[in-house]
Amino acid sequence: MSDIQLVDAPAGVEGAGFFATSLDKVIGIARSNSLWPLPFATSCCGIEFMATMAPHYDLARFGAERMSFSPRQADLLMVMGTIAKKMAPVLRQVYLQMAEPRWVMAVGACASSGGIFDTYSVLQGIDEVIPVDVYVPGCPPRPEAIIDGFISIQKLVQTETLRRRNEPQYQKLLASYGIQ
Amino acid sequence: MGKITNEELLKKITGKFQEQVTTVGEPFGLLTLETGREQIIDVLTYLKNDPALQFNFLTDITAIHYPEQEKQIGIIYHLHSLVNNVRIRLKVFLVDGDVHIPTATVLWNGANWMERETYDYFGVIFDGHPDLRRILNVDDMVAHPMRKEFPLEDPNRVDKKDYFFGR
Repeated sequence: MSDIQLVDAPAGVEGAGFFATSLDKVIGIARSNSLWPLPFATSCCGIEFMATMAPHYDLARFGAERMSFSPRQADLLMVMGTIAKKMAPVLRQVYLQMAEPRWVMAVGACASSGGIFDTYSVLQGIDEVIPVDVYVPGCPPRPEAIIDGFISIQKLVQTETLRRRNEPQYQKLLASYGIQ
Repeated sequence: MGKITNEELLKKITGKFQEQVTTVGEPFGLLTLETGREQIIDVLTYLKNDPALQFNFLTDITAIHYPEQEKQIGIIYHLHSLVNNVRIRLKVFLVDGDVHIPTATVLWNGANWMERETYDYFGVIFDGHPDLRRILNVDDMVAHPMRKEFPLEDPNRVDKKDYFFGR
């Protein structure tokens, strides 16, 4: 046996020649281990992300080998760095171009709350313009923290029900950001 | 030191413009003069085109806001003579509410973005500018953020509210 770890099969009913489980779990496992991140890196948190992607920390271990620089094929928007107010419509446009299901991770103090830039020209957290799933604290966060945030995203993806995106709460959340 | 001393420079300018130009001082050896908006373009044209001076490079146009002064808004021009290696600074102070000044784009194309920036941050209106609109801030901003009455902090900031700190 090699020491390569495979993802465990979800709980289900097993017998001779068949295995039954719910579709939610299978799709959750498939999605969470093949998240395609779109790096939206504007400053120093982006440098930490580069270290996270590099062989030493190797985000590819979590199924995020393929950076998607097109929002159309991306699952996870990783916003890393200060977002100026002039950049906010661009970020929103990128989010709108992503197909459902989509997740957003705010990496670092600036993306989460504006950080040290408490000023008229900087967006005070990207959750003013798009909904955020996971916030990673730090200024900038270490690669371990980014990986921890990524694992949190994976847990969200795994446990998400297939109907979540059609539920009224989710539609209400999007409507509160003026999306559809 | 440049090829022209500040004394010679001042003598030449006052010889041409007399009382229309007043001397503010020479901080760090940089000759600083004040003039009015009626003759600022004439002064700039003279400095640029005079064969002895040749202040051919416009280093910067910016502004400053002194709320306690009667003439609150000052527009500041930095010129550099690359030929003589001499710099000069010109200031024009204007009353708030009537912040109009003729554009320097007639002399330097580089003044275009400098004046847009000065308009963006201080609300100085450069008459005759070909395209006077905001350059750095968002287009729908209404304030001119470098004016002293404008609060620097963003009002949407939540994690600095007083109740988080027992205030």
